[in-house]
Parts: sequence; structure tokens; C-alpha cells
Amino acid sequence: MDIQLKRGLLDVCVLAAIKNEDSYGYKILKDIKPYLTMSESTLYTILKRLETSEMLTVRTAEHGGRLRKYYHITNAGLKRIEDFKREWSEVMSIYQFVTKEDDKNE
Amino acid sequence: MNKQEFLAKLQTNLSGLPEKEVQDSLGFYSEMIDDRMEEGLSEEDAVREIGSAEDIAKQIISETPLIKIVKDKINPKRKIQAWEIVLLILGAPLWLSLMIAVFAIILAAYVSIWAVVISFWAVFVSLIAVALCGIGVGAGLIWNNHILSAFLLIGTSFVCAGLSVFCFYGCKAATKGIILLAKKIIFGIKNSFMKRKKTA
Repeated sequence: MDIQLKRGLLDVCVLAAIKNEDSYGYKILKDIKPYLTMSESTLYTILKRLETSEMLTVRTAEHGGRLRKYYHITNAGLKRIEDFKREWSEVMSIYQFVTKEDDKNE
Repeated sequence: MNKQEFLAKLQTNLSGLPEKEVQDSLGFYSEMIDDRMEEGLSEEDAVREIGSAEDIAKQIISETPLIKIVKDKINPKRKIQAWEIVLLILGAPLWLSLMIAVFAIILAAYVSIWAVVISFWAVFVSLIAVALCGIGVGAGLIWNNHILSAFLLIGTSFVCAGLSVFCFYGCKAATKGIILLAKKIIFGIKNSFMKRKKTA
């Protein structure tokens, strides 16, 4: 898949994983896993990117005698998800047009 | 490999990046390993699932903006002594010109790489232009009854058109290759900045 496109999609995936409640790295990976496999290093760079663009905030909390980082979605992050949904309906109609052309050729 | 060994390896591979960056990534991967072990995985298996420290370090470096690395190098951690300032100013004719030379060389290399790509494409465009003009002029020659010259011209035009198709694929490949090369060069520059800190 086109790298730029995939990058945007993965960002939204991670945002969706923390949309309803704050989550931590490993849980995000597990929640996404049924839909797509994402490596730790990919997740790490996405979280960094989302933090710099202020789509999420990070807090550290204690868990079982060690520290764990929890990620919390911001309003900008929620807006990003909504924008994605809107854009995607456009993409879907393009997709329908493209596959329709395929059917005709067969 | 256990967790400590993995983190130590990652740290060595990242040394030279801004300190905060290094600590952030070490914390992240340490948490990832701990969470896996909490689920019942053995330490060794947890580390294995994370992947190789070298690959991870490579990805982190390539995602860190060059500016961030350079800024970290330029920001002095300690106060500059008075005599160092005097030395800097006295030495300016030397180091300033050296630095300008280095930047000029890098810029020249960059420009010349792109010049190669542009000239490839220029050949492609001119082949097409020659083909089109040749056919146009050839048609005009037929009109004026210079049949033989017209055939020669039109034939040559077709040869040019055919060559341009080959040339197009060559151009595409060359552009791709050079973009890749540029990426590698930037990675190399980052690496050289990082190494300088290690020896300092």
C-alpha cells in the first residue's frame, strides 16, 4: 500500500484504540491485532507522532510495582477520527466507481 | 537474550540520539516486555517477540528528524569558557571557511545528483519533441514532393519515439534509485552526527 496513505490509516487506528478509554502500549497492540498486525516499533513512532501533533496526551501511572504509560485522546484526536470517517465515505464511493469499471471489463 | 541485555543493546545502538529520546524508547520497550511477561510469557520469549534491537534502533533513528539530532549537538550542556570564545573568534577564519566548504560540498553533491535525474528526463522529453517535429516536417515535405527526404525524416522520428519509450523506463528507475540514495545519505549524515558525540 502507498506509504503515505498507510501512515494516515495507522494513525487513526491507534486513535480509535484509545477513543473510549485510556490505554497503554501493549493493550493497544492487542486491541488492533484482530484487524491488522502492527509491530512495536511502528506503534512507538505513531505514538510519538500523535503526541507531538497533540492528538493525545501521555501520563505515567504505577501498575504492579512498575511504571506504565497511559495514552489519552485529546479533542484534536477525536476530530481526526471524525474527519477520517467523512473522508472515507468519499474514498468508498471512489472505490465503488473503480470496481464497477472492473466488472465491465470482465 | 533477557530483558536487560536487550535494553542495553538498544541503548548502545541509540547512543548519540538526544538523551530524552533514548530514555523514552527504552521505557517504551521495557514496558512492552513487562506487559508480555505479565501475560505469562517467559522473559526470553517476550524479548524474542519484540524483534531485533538493531532494526528497532534503525527505525527510531530514521524517524527522528535530522534537525532534532543536530540541535542536540549544538546546544552546549555546559557554559562556554571565556578563553573558548576567544579561541572561537580567533579561529573563525579557519573553521568558518572549513564549515562553509563542507556545506558547499554537500550542496554540490546534492545538486549534481538531481542534475543527473533532470538530464535523463530532458533526454526523454527531447526525444519525444524530435519525434513529433520530425513527423510534422516530414508531412510537410511530402506535400512539397520531397518524398525520399520525407521518408528518412519520418523514419527517424519513429526511431526517436521508440527510444523515448525505453528512456522513460530508464528515467523512472533512475529517479527511484536516486530518491533511495538520498534517503541513505541522510541516514548517513544522522549517523555521523551521532557518532561524534560518542567519541566526545
